[in-house]
Amino acid sequence: MPTRISVEGVGKSFASEHGMLHVLDNISFEVAEGETVAIVGPSGCGKSTLMNIIAGFDRPDSGSVKIDGELLRKPSSRGILISQQGSVFPWLTVQQNLMFGLNAHAHEEKIRLADHYAAMVGLNGFENRYPHELSGGMLKRAELARALVVKPEILYMDEPFSALDALLHLRMRNELLRILEEERHTVLLITHDVEEAIHIANRVIVLSARPTTIQTTFDVPFPHPRNLSSAPVQELRSAILRELGVDSYSNYGRSE
Amino acid sequence: MIQAKRVLPPIAVIALIVGAWWAVVVATNSVVFPTPLQVMTGTFELIKDGTLWQHIGASLFRVGTGFLLAVMVAVPLGLWMGWVKGAYVTLNPIFQMLRPISPIAWIPIAILWFGVGDVSPIFLIFISSVFPMIVQTTVGVHTIEQRYLRAAANFGVSRYTLFRQVVIPAVLPQIIVGMRIGLGVAWLVVVAAEMIALRSGLGYLIMDSRNAGNRYDLVVAAMIIIGLIGLLLDGLMRLLEGLKSVRWRYAH
Repeated sequence: MPTRISVEGVGKSFASEHGMLHVLDNISFEVAEGETVAIVGPSGCGKSTLMNIIAGFDRPDSGSVKIDGELLRKPSSRGILISQQGSVFPWLTVQQNLMFGLNAHAHEEKIRLADHYAAMVGLNGFENRYPHELSGGMLKRAELARALVVKPEILYMDEPFSALDALLHLRMRNELLRILEEERHTVLLITHDVEEAIHIANRVIVLSARPTTIQTTFDVPFPHPRNLSSAPVQELRSAILRELGVDSYSNYGRSE
Repeated sequence: MIQAKRVLPPIAVIALIVGAWWAVVVATNSVVFPTPLQVMTGTFELIKDGTLWQHIGASLFRVGTGFLLAVMVAVPLGLWMGWVKGAYVTLNPIFQMLRPISPIAWIPIAILWFGVGDVSPIFLIFISSVFPMIVQTTVGVHTIEQRYLRAAANFGVSRYTLFRQVVIPAVLPQIIVGMRIGLGVAWLVVVAAEMIALRSGLGYLIMDSRNAGNRYDLVVAAMIIIGLIGLLLDGLMRLLEGLKSVRWRYAH
Protein backbone atom coordinates (compact mmCIF):
# COMPACT_ATOMS: atom_id res chain seq x y z
CA MET A 1 0.00 0.00 0.00
CA PRO A 2 1.30 3.48 -0.85
CA THR A 3 2.03 5.95 1.94
CA ARG A 4 -0.83 8.34 2.65
CA ILE A 5 0.39 10.35 5.64
CA SER A 6 4.05 10.99 6.17
CA VAL A 7 5.16 12.78 9.34
CA GLU A 8 8.82 13.77 9.15
CA GLY A 9 10.75 15.05 12.16
CA VAL A 10 7.92 17.19 13.53
CA GLY A 11 8.79 19.39 16.50
CA LYS A 12 6.77 22.05 18.27
CA SER A 13 7.28 24.41 21.21
CA PHE A 14 4.98 26.93 22.86
CA ALA A 15 5.86 30.04 24.81
CA SER A 16 4.51 29.84 28.37
CA GLU A 17 4.90 31.77 31.61
CA HIS A 18 7.72 29.45 32.58
CA GLY A 19 9.65 29.87 29.36
CA MET A 20 9.50 27.75 26.25
CA LEU A 21 7.46 24.59 26.55
CA HIS A 22 8.93 21.92 24.36
CA VAL A 23 5.92 19.81 23.40
CA LEU A 24 6.83 17.66 20.41
CA ASP A 25 10.33 16.48 19.67
CA ASN A 26 11.29 15.03 16.32
CA ILE A 27 8.29 12.81 15.63
CA SER A 28 8.35 10.70 12.48
CA PHE A 29 6.01 7.99 11.27
CA GLU A 30 4.02 6.97 8.24
CA VAL A 31 0.48 5.81 7.69
CA ALA A 32 -0.31 3.70 4.64
CA GLU A 33 -3.45 4.05 2.56
CA GLY A 34 -6.40 2.32 4.25
CA GLU A 35 -4.48 1.78 7.47
CA THR A 36 -5.87 2.62 10.89
CA VAL A 37 -3.24 3.90 13.26
CA ALA A 38 -3.86 4.77 16.89
CA ILE A 39 -1.68 7.09 18.89
CA VAL A 40 -1.77 6.66 22.66
CA GLY A 41 0.15 8.57 25.27
CA PRO A 42 -0.05 10.05 28.75
CA SER A 43 -2.35 13.03 29.14
CA GLY A 44 -0.73 16.35 28.41
CA CYS A 45 1.86 14.76 26.16
CA GLY A 46 0.82 16.83 23.17
CA LYS A 47 -1.33 14.30 21.33
CA SER A 48 -3.80 16.95 20.27
CA THR A 49 -1.04 19.32 19.25
CA LEU A 50 0.33 16.59 17.03
CA MET A 51 -3.11 15.96 15.57
CA ASN A 52 -3.65 19.65 14.87
CA ILE A 53 -0.37 19.76 12.98
CA ILE A 54 -1.10 16.61 10.97
CA ALA A 55 -4.60 17.84 10.08
CA GLY A 56 -3.15 21.18 8.95
CA PHE A 57 -4.60 23.50 11.62
CA ASP A 58 -1.22 24.23 13.12
CA ARG A 59 2.32 24.53 11.74
CA PRO A 60 5.25 22.56 13.12
CA ASP A 61 8.36 24.50 14.19
CA SER A 62 10.52 21.91 12.50
CA GLY A 63 9.91 18.99 10.19
CA SER A 64 6.95 18.58 7.86
CA VAL A 65 3.76 16.66 7.14
CA LYS A 66 3.09 15.27 3.69
CA ILE A 67 -0.21 13.87 2.44
CA ASP A 68 0.22 11.64 -0.63
CA GLY A 69 3.71 13.04 -0.96
CA GLU A 70 2.46 16.62 -1.04
CA LEU A 71 3.53 19.13 1.60
CA LEU A 72 0.54 20.03 3.79
CA ARG A 73 -0.05 23.76 4.07
CA LYS A 74 -3.61 24.09 5.32
CA PRO A 75 -6.56 21.89 6.30
CA SER A 76 -8.60 20.46 3.47
CA SER A 77 -11.65 18.27 3.06
CA ARG A 78 -9.35 15.39 2.05
CA GLY A 79 -8.86 14.81 5.77
CA ILE A 80 -11.65 15.62 8.21
CA LEU A 81 -11.01 16.10 11.92
CA ILE A 82 -13.47 14.71 14.44
CA SER A 83 -12.70 15.92 17.94
CA GLN A 84 -13.90 15.14 21.42
CA GLN A 85 -15.89 18.36 21.83
CA GLY A 86 -17.58 17.95 18.46
CA SER A 87 -18.32 20.65 15.93
CA VAL A 88 -21.77 19.89 14.54
CA PHE A 89 -23.26 23.34 13.89
CA PRO A 90 -26.07 23.83 16.41
CA TRP A 91 -27.89 26.30 14.15
CA LEU A 92 -28.26 23.86 11.25
CA THR A 93 -30.41 20.75 11.10
CA VAL A 94 -28.78 17.34 10.75
CA GLN A 95 -29.42 17.39 7.02
CA GLN A 96 -28.08 20.95 6.62
CA ASN A 97 -25.00 19.96 8.62
CA LEU A 98 -24.37 17.02 6.33
CA MET A 99 -24.85 19.18 3.23
CA PHE A 100 -22.50 21.85 4.57
CA GLY A 101 -19.27 20.53 3.07
CA LEU A 102 -20.76 19.52 -0.27
CA ASN A 103 -19.79 22.30 -2.64
CA ALA A 104 -19.72 20.78 -6.07
CA HIS A 105 -23.12 19.08 -6.21
CA ALA A 106 -26.60 20.09 -7.33
CA HIS A 107 -29.04 20.71 -4.48
CA GLU A 108 -31.02 17.47 -4.99
CA GLU A 109 -27.82 15.46 -5.10
CA LYS A 110 -26.65 17.08 -1.85
CA ILE A 111 -29.89 16.07 -0.16
CA ARG A 112 -29.61 12.53 -1.50
CA LEU A 113 -26.01 12.17 -0.28
CA ALA A 114 -26.84 13.71 3.10
CA ASP A 115 -29.76 11.36 3.64
CA HIS A 116 -27.71 8.36 2.49
CA TYR A 117 -25.00 9.02 5.07
CA ALA A 118 -27.52 9.93 7.76
CA ALA A 119 -29.03 6.50 7.19
CA MET A 120 -25.59 4.88 7.25
CA VAL A 121 -24.97 6.10 10.80
CA GLY A 122 -28.53 5.30 11.87
CA LEU A 123 -29.93 8.83 11.84
CA ASN A 124 -32.76 8.26 9.39
CA GLY A 125 -35.84 10.04 10.62
CA PHE A 126 -33.74 12.68 12.36
CA GLU A 127 -32.63 14.62 9.27
CA ASN A 128 -34.68 17.68 10.15
CA ARG A 129 -33.84 17.76 13.84
CA TYR A 130 -31.57 20.38 15.35
CA PRO A 131 -28.51 19.18 17.28
CA HIS A 132 -29.91 20.31 20.63
CA GLU A 133 -32.77 17.89 20.05
CA LEU A 134 -30.35 14.94 19.75
CA SER A 135 -28.65 12.80 22.38
CA GLY A 136 -24.88 12.76 22.80
CA GLY A 137 -24.51 9.54 20.84
CA MET A 138 -26.66 10.79 17.98
CA LEU A 139 -24.64 13.98 17.87
CA LYS A 140 -21.48 11.90 17.39
CA ARG A 141 -23.18 9.96 14.60
CA ALA A 142 -24.12 13.24 12.92
CA GLU A 143 -20.53 14.42 13.18
CA LEU A 144 -19.26 11.17 11.73
CA ALA A 145 -21.77 11.30 8.88
CA ARG A 146 -20.87 14.91 8.09
CA ALA A 147 -17.25 13.83 7.74
CA LEU A 148 -18.06 10.76 5.65
CA VAL A 149 -20.35 12.56 3.20
CA VAL A 150 -17.51 14.61 1.69
CA LYS A 151 -15.69 11.32 1.00
CA PRO A 152 -12.43 12.24 2.70
CA GLU A 153 -9.40 10.05 2.21
CA ILE A 154 -8.44 10.44 5.87
CA LEU A 155 -10.39 10.60 9.12
CA TYR A 156 -8.53 12.33 11.92
CA MET A 157 -10.14 11.30 15.17
CA ASP A 158 -9.05 13.07 18.34
CA GLU A 159 -10.62 11.25 21.31
CA PRO A 160 -13.79 11.05 19.25
CA PHE A 161 -15.96 9.08 21.66
CA SER A 162 -14.44 9.85 25.06
CA ALA A 163 -17.31 12.14 26.05
CA LEU A 164 -19.75 9.22 25.77
CA ASP A 165 -20.61 6.71 28.47
CA ALA A 166 -18.90 3.30 28.38
CA LEU A 167 -21.73 1.43 26.68
CA LEU A 168 -22.27 4.04 23.99
CA HIS A 169 -18.52 4.29 23.56
CA LEU A 170 -18.31 0.58 22.70
CA ARG A 171 -21.31 0.79 20.39
CA MET A 172 -19.83 3.73 18.47
CA ARG A 173 -16.56 1.84 18.04
CA ASN A 174 -18.42 -1.07 16.49
CA GLU A 175 -20.31 1.32 14.21
CA LEU A 176 -17.07 2.94 13.15
CA LEU A 177 -15.54 -0.44 12.31
CA ARG A 178 -18.60 -1.37 10.27
CA ILE A 179 -18.39 1.89 8.34
CA LEU A 180 -14.65 1.57 7.76
CA GLU A 181 -15.32 -1.86 6.31
CA GLU A 182 -17.53 -0.18 3.71
CA GLU A 183 -15.69 3.06 3.07
CA ARG A 184 -12.03 2.10 3.60
CA HIS A 185 -10.68 5.37 4.93
CA THR A 186 -7.23 5.93 6.26
CA VAL A 187 -7.72 6.64 9.96
CA LEU A 188 -5.48 8.36 12.47
CA LEU A 189 -6.95 7.94 15.94
CA ILE A 190 -5.73 9.70 19.04
CA THR A 191 -6.86 8.23 22.30
CA HIS A 192 -5.94 7.71 25.93
CA ASP A 193 -7.97 4.50 25.90
CA VAL A 194 -5.73 1.52 25.15
CA GLU A 195 -8.69 -0.83 24.68
CA GLU A 196 -10.16 1.50 22.08
CA ALA A 197 -6.82 1.63 20.28
CA ILE A 198 -6.53 -2.16 20.13
CA HIS A 199 -10.18 -2.51 19.13
CA ILE A 200 -9.89 -0.28 16.08
CA ALA A 201 -6.29 0.10 14.93
CA ASN A 202 -3.86 -1.96 12.86
CA ARG A 203 -0.99 -0.29 14.62
CA VAL A 204 -0.60 1.48 17.96
CA ILE A 205 2.01 4.18 18.41
CA VAL A 206 2.94 4.90 22.04
CA LEU A 207 4.13 8.40 22.83
CA SER A 208 6.35 9.35 25.74
CA ALA A 209 5.79 12.21 28.18
CA ARG A 210 6.95 15.72 27.25
CA PRO A 211 8.94 16.52 25.21
CA THR A 212 7.05 13.91 23.31
CA THR A 213 8.75 11.35 21.12
CA ILE A 214 7.63 8.00 19.79
CA GLN A 215 8.44 5.53 22.51
CA THR A 216 7.48 2.37 20.70
CA THR A 217 5.06 0.93 18.15
CA PHE A 218 2.86 -2.17 18.40
CA ASP A 219 1.27 -4.04 15.52
CA VAL A 220 -2.25 -5.30 16.15
CA PRO A 221 -2.36 -8.50 14.10
CA PHE A 222 -5.87 -9.65 15.07
CA PRO A 223 -8.55 -9.89 12.36
CA HIS A 224 -11.92 -8.17 12.79
CA PRO A 225 -14.24 -8.73 14.58
CA ARG A 226 -11.90 -8.70 17.52
CA ASN A 227 -12.62 -10.48 20.75
CA LEU A 228 -11.39 -7.93 23.28
CA SER A 229 -11.37 -10.40 26.16
CA SER A 230 -9.23 -13.02 24.40
CA ALA A 231 -5.85 -13.80 25.95
CA PRO A 232 -3.61 -12.40 23.16
CA VAL A 233 -5.57 -9.13 23.10
CA GLN A 234 -5.28 -8.83 26.88
CA GLU A 235 -1.56 -9.54 26.65
CA LEU A 236 -1.10 -6.78 24.08
CA ARG A 237 -3.13 -4.44 26.25
CA SER A 238 -0.90 -5.16 29.25
CA ALA A 239 2.20 -4.64 27.17
CA ILE A 240 0.99 -1.25 25.93
CA LEU A 241 -0.06 -0.21 29.43
CA ARG A 242 3.38 -1.18 30.73
CA GLU A 243 4.90 1.13 28.13
CA LEU A 244 2.67 3.87 29.53
CA GLY A 245 3.94 3.08 33.02
CA VAL A 246 0.73 1.46 34.28
CA ASP A 247 0.60 -1.97 35.89
CA SER A 248 -2.53 -3.47 34.35
CA TYR A 249 -2.99 -6.11 37.04
CA SER A 250 -4.00 -3.55 39.61
CA ASN A 251 -6.50 -2.10 37.20
CA TYR A 252 -9.90 -3.80 37.25
CA GLY A 253 -12.11 -1.78 34.98
CA ARG A 254 -11.57 -0.20 31.62
CA SER A 255 -8.10 1.03 30.87
CA GLU A 256 -8.02 4.79 31.20
CA MET B 1 -51.87 25.81 39.38
CA ILE B 2 -48.36 26.78 38.31
CA GLN B 3 -49.91 29.31 35.93
CA ALA B 4 -51.94 30.79 38.77
CA LYS B 5 -48.83 31.05 40.94
CA ARG B 6 -47.14 33.11 38.25
CA VAL B 7 -50.10 35.33 37.39
CA LEU B 8 -51.82 35.98 40.69
CA PRO B 9 -49.06 37.70 42.71
CA PRO B 10 -48.33 40.44 40.13
CA ILE B 11 -52.07 41.04 39.68
CA ALA B 12 -52.47 41.30 43.43
CA VAL B 13 -49.65 43.87 43.64
CA ILE B 14 -51.16 45.93 40.82
CA ALA B 15 -54.56 45.84 42.52
CA LEU B 16 -52.93 46.95 45.76
CA ILE B 17 -51.18 49.87 44.09
CA VAL B 18 -54.35 50.99 42.31
CA GLY B 19 -56.30 50.69 45.55
CA ALA B 20 -53.74 52.70 47.54
CA TRP B 21 -53.59 55.30 44.78
CA TRP B 22 -57.37 55.63 44.78
CA ALA B 23 -57.55 55.86 48.57
CA VAL B 24 -54.84 58.54 48.77
CA VAL B 25 -56.46 60.70 46.06
CA VAL B 26 -59.85 60.49 47.79
CA ALA B 27 -58.39 61.08 51.26
CA THR B 28 -56.41 64.16 50.21
CA ASN B 29 -59.26 65.66 48.17
CA SER B 30 -56.77 66.35 45.37
CA VAL B 31 -58.24 68.42 42.57
CA VAL B 32 -55.31 67.88 40.17
CA PHE B 33 -54.25 64.28 40.61
CA PRO B 34 -56.76 61.87 39.03
CA THR B 35 -58.33 58.74 40.47
CA PRO B 36 -57.94 55.47 38.52
CA LEU B 37 -61.53 55.90 37.33
CA GLN B 38 -60.78 59.36 35.93
CA VAL B 39 -57.78 57.91 34.12
CA MET B 40 -60.01 55.24 32.60
CA THR B 41 -62.55 57.83 31.50
CA GLY B 42 -59.79 59.96 30.05
CA THR B 43 -58.43 57.00 28.11
CA PHE B 44 -61.86 56.25 26.64
CA GLU B 45 -62.21 59.88 25.69
CA LEU B 46 -58.95 59.64 23.72
CA ILE B 47 -60.01 56.40 22.12
CA LYS B 48 -63.38 57.85 21.12
CA ASP B 49 -62.04 60.94 19.37
CA GLY B 50 -59.33 58.85 17.73
CA THR B 51 -56.36 60.90 18.94
CA LEU B 52 -54.95 57.99 20.97
CA TRP B 53 -54.32 55.89 17.87
CA GLN B 54 -52.79 58.89 16.16
CA HIS B 55 -50.33 59.38 19.01
CA ILE B 56 -49.49 55.71 19.29
CA GLY B 57 -49.07 55.44 15.51
CA ALA B 58 -46.77 58.46 15.41
CA SER B 59 -44.56 57.11 18.21
CA LEU B 60 -44.40 53.63 16.71
CA PHE B 61 -43.59 55.03 13.27
CA ARG B 62 -40.64 57.01 14.65
CA VAL B 63 -39.37 54.10 16.70
CA GLY B 64 -39.82 51.68 13.81
CA THR B 65 -37.98 53.85 11.30
CA GLY B 66 -35.11 54.82 13.60
CA PHE B 67 -34.72 51.29 14.90
CA LEU B 68 -34.72 49.64 11.47
CA LEU B 69 -32.16 52.14 10.19
CA ALA B 70 -30.04 51.33 13.25
CA VAL B 71 -30.33 47.57 12.58
CA MET B 72 -29.32 48.09 8.96
CA VAL B 73 -26.21 49.99 10.03
CA ALA B 74 -25.31 48.12 13.24
CA VAL B 75 -25.46 44.52 12.04
CA PRO B 76 -23.11 44.82 9.01
CA LEU B 77 -20.84 47.20 10.93
CA GLY B 78 -20.76 44.89 13.96
CA LEU B 79 -20.00 41.86 11.79
CA TRP B 80 -17.22 43.74 10.06
CA MET B 81 -15.72 44.98 13.33
CA GLY B 82 -15.95 41.50 14.80
CA TRP B 83 -14.31 39.81 11.83
CA VAL B 84 -11.64 42.34 10.83
CA LYS B 85 -9.28 43.19 13.66
CA GLY B 86 -8.18 46.47 12.08
CA ALA B 87 -11.78 47.69 11.90
CA TYR B 88 -12.28 46.82 15.57
CA VAL B 89 -9.10 48.51 16.74
CA THR B 90 -9.93 51.63 14.73
CA LEU B 91 -13.63 52.05 15.45
CA ASN B 92 -14.24 50.49 18.85
CA PRO B 93 -12.73 53.32 20.96
CA ILE B 94 -14.89 55.88 19.15
CA PHE B 95 -18.08 53.89 19.67
CA GLN B 96 -17.20 53.19 23.30
CA MET B 97 -16.88 56.93 23.80
CA LEU B 98 -20.13 57.80 22.02
CA ARG B 99 -22.12 55.04 23.69
CA PRO B 100 -22.33 56.46 27.24
CA ILE B 101 -23.61 59.84 25.98
CA SER B 102 -27.32 59.88 26.78
CA PRO B 103 -29.47 60.22 23.65
CA ILE B 104 -31.22 63.06 25.48
CA ALA B 105 -27.97 65.02 25.29
CA TRP B 106 -28.26 64.90 21.51
CA ILE B 107 -31.62 66.69 21.50
CA PRO B 108 -30.27 70.23 21.01
CA ILE B 109 -28.06 69.05 18.18
CA ALA B 110 -30.92 67.07 16.63
CA ILE B 111 -33.12 70.17 16.63
CA LEU B 112 -30.28 72.23 15.19
CA TRP B 113 -29.67 69.77 12.37
CA PHE B 114 -33.12 68.43 11.62
CA GLY B 115 -35.59 70.93 13.07
CA VAL B 116 -38.68 69.82 14.92
CA GLY B 117 -40.22 67.42 12.38
CA ASP B 118 -40.15 63.64 12.39
CA VAL B 119 -36.48 63.46 11.51
CA SER B 120 -35.20 64.62 14.90
CA PRO B 121 -36.77 61.82 16.97
CA ILE B 122 -35.86 59.27 14.31
CA PHE B 123 -32.28 60.46 14.51
CA LEU B 124 -32.32 60.25 18.31
CA ILE B 125 -33.72 56.74 18.20
CA PHE B 126 -31.09 55.76 15.69
CA ILE B 127 -28.33 57.16 17.92
CA SER B 128 -29.71 55.44 21.00
CA SER B 129 -30.17 51.97 19.56
CA VAL B 130 -27.30 51.70 17.09
CA PHE B 131 -24.47 51.47 19.66
CA PRO B 132 -25.78 48.62 21.81
CA MET B 133 -26.50 46.63 18.65
CA ILE B 134 -23.02 47.25 17.24
CA VAL B 135 -21.47 46.16 20.52
CA GLN B 136 -23.58 42.99 20.81
CA THR B 137 -22.93 41.97 17.21
CA THR B 138 -19.18 42.51 17.59
CA VAL B 139 -19.10 40.53 20.82
CA GLY B 140 -21.11 37.83 19.06
CA VAL B 141 -18.46 37.45 16.36
CA HIS B 142 -15.66 37.45 18.91
CA THR B 143 -17.30 34.67 20.90
CA ILE B 144 -17.90 32.26 18.01
CA GLU B 145 -16.39 29.02 19.21
CA GLN B 146 -13.13 28.14 17.54
CA ARG B 147 -14.28 24.58 16.84
CA TYR B 148 -16.98 25.78 14.45
CA LEU B 149 -14.60 28.01 12.50
CA ARG B 150 -12.16 25.12 12.33
CA ALA B 151 -14.82 22.78 10.98
CA ALA B 152 -15.64 25.35 8.31
CA ALA B 153 -11.95 25.61 7.41
CA ASN B 154 -11.69 21.83 7.35
CA PHE B 155 -14.47 21.49 4.79
CA GLY B 156 -12.85 24.19 2.70
CA VAL B 157 -16.03 26.14 2.06
CA SER B 158 -16.16 29.45 0.21
CA ARG B 159 -16.12 32.78 2.05
CA TYR B 160 -19.77 33.22 1.15
CA THR B 161 -20.76 29.88 2.71
CA LEU B 162 -18.58 30.62 5.74
CA PHE B 163 -20.47 33.83 6.39
CA ARG B 164 -23.94 32.64 5.44
CA GLN B 165 -23.86 29.28 7.18
CA VAL B 166 -21.41 29.76 10.05
CA VAL B 167 -20.63 33.34 11.07
CA ILE B 168 -24.06 34.95 10.71
CA PRO B 169 -26.10 32.11 12.27
CA ALA B 170 -23.54 31.83 15.07
CA VAL B 171 -23.92 35.53 15.84
CA LEU B 172 -27.69 35.72 15.30
CA PRO B 173 -28.61 35.02 18.95
CA GLN B 174 -26.37 37.90 20.05
CA ILE B 175 -27.85 40.14 17.33
CA ILE B 176 -31.31 39.39 18.68
CA VAL B 177 -30.18 40.24 22.22
CA GLY B 178 -28.79 43.51 20.82
CA MET B 179 -32.09 44.20 19.06
CA ARG B 180 -34.01 43.67 22.28
CA ILE B 181 -31.78 46.11 24.12
CA GLY B 182 -31.86 48.54 21.17
CA LEU B 183 -35.63 48.53 20.86
CA GLY B 184 -36.04 48.98 24.62
CA VAL B 185 -33.80 52.05 24.60
CA ALA B 186 -35.50 53.36 21.46
CA TRP B 187 -38.89 53.28 23.14
CA LEU B 188 -37.51 55.16 26.17
CA VAL B 189 -36.01 57.78 23.93
CA VAL B 190 -38.94 58.42 21.58
CA VAL B 191 -41.14 59.53 24.47
CA ALA B 192 -38.43 61.84 25.77
CA ALA B 193 -37.80 63.23 22.29
CA GLU B 194 -41.47 63.88 21.66
CA MET B 195 -41.73 65.91 24.83
CA ILE B 196 -39.52 68.60 23.36
CA ALA B 197 -41.54 69.61 20.35
CA LEU B 198 -43.72 68.19 17.59
CA ARG B 199 -47.48 67.82 17.38
CA SER B 200 -47.99 64.11 17.92
CA GLY B 201 -46.73 61.06 19.76
CA LEU B 202 -47.24 59.74 23.26
CA GLY B 203 -44.51 62.00 24.65
CA TYR B 204 -46.24 64.98 23.10
CA LEU B 205 -49.55 63.78 24.57
CA ILE B 206 -48.06 63.87 28.07
CA MET B 207 -46.62 67.37 27.78
CA ASP B 208 -49.64 68.73 25.93
CA SER B 209 -52.09 67.30 28.47
CA ARG B 210 -50.21 68.99 31.28
CA ASN B 211 -49.82 72.32 29.50
CA ALA B 212 -53.40 72.42 28.22
CA GLY B 213 -55.28 72.65 31.48
CA ASN B 214 -53.55 70.24 33.85
CA ARG B 215 -55.20 67.11 32.38
CA TYR B 216 -53.29 64.76 34.67
CA ASP B 217 -55.76 61.99 33.93
CA LEU B 218 -54.41 61.95 30.36
CA VAL B 219 -50.81 62.22 31.60
CA VAL B 220 -51.22 59.06 33.67
CA ALA B 221 -53.18 57.34 30.90
CA ALA B 222 -50.36 58.02 28.42
CA MET B 223 -47.78 56.72 30.91
CA ILE B 224 -49.66 53.46 31.37
CA ILE B 225 -50.05 53.04 27.61
CA ILE B 226 -46.32 53.67 27.11
CA GLY B 227 -45.58 50.95 29.64
CA LEU B 228 -47.95 48.48 27.99
CA ILE B 229 -46.57 49.09 24.48
CA GLY B 230 -43.01 48.73 25.80
CA LEU B 231 -43.97 45.38 27.28
CA LEU B 232 -45.54 44.37 23.97
CA LEU B 233 -42.44 45.36 21.95
CA ASP B 234 -40.20 43.36 24.26
CA GLY B 235 -42.56 40.41 23.90
CA LEU B 236 -42.25 40.67 20.11
CA MET B 237 -38.46 40.58 20.33
CA ARG B 238 -38.71 37.61 22.67
CA LEU B 239 -40.61 35.76 19.97
CA LEU B 240 -37.47 35.98 17.83
CA GLU B 241 -35.58 34.13 20.55
CA GLY B 242 -37.95 31.22 19.99
CA LEU B 243 -36.79 30.67 16.40
CA LYS B 244 -35.53 27.14 16.01
CA SER B 245 -32.23 28.18 14.47
CA VAL B 246 -31.27 30.35 17.46
CA ARG B 247 -32.76 28.36 20.31
CA TRP B 248 -29.50 26.44 20.83
CA ARG B 249 -28.04 29.55 22.41
CA TYR B 250 -30.82 30.27 24.89
CA ALA B 251 -32.11 26.79 25.73
CA HIS B 252 -30.23 24.39 28.08
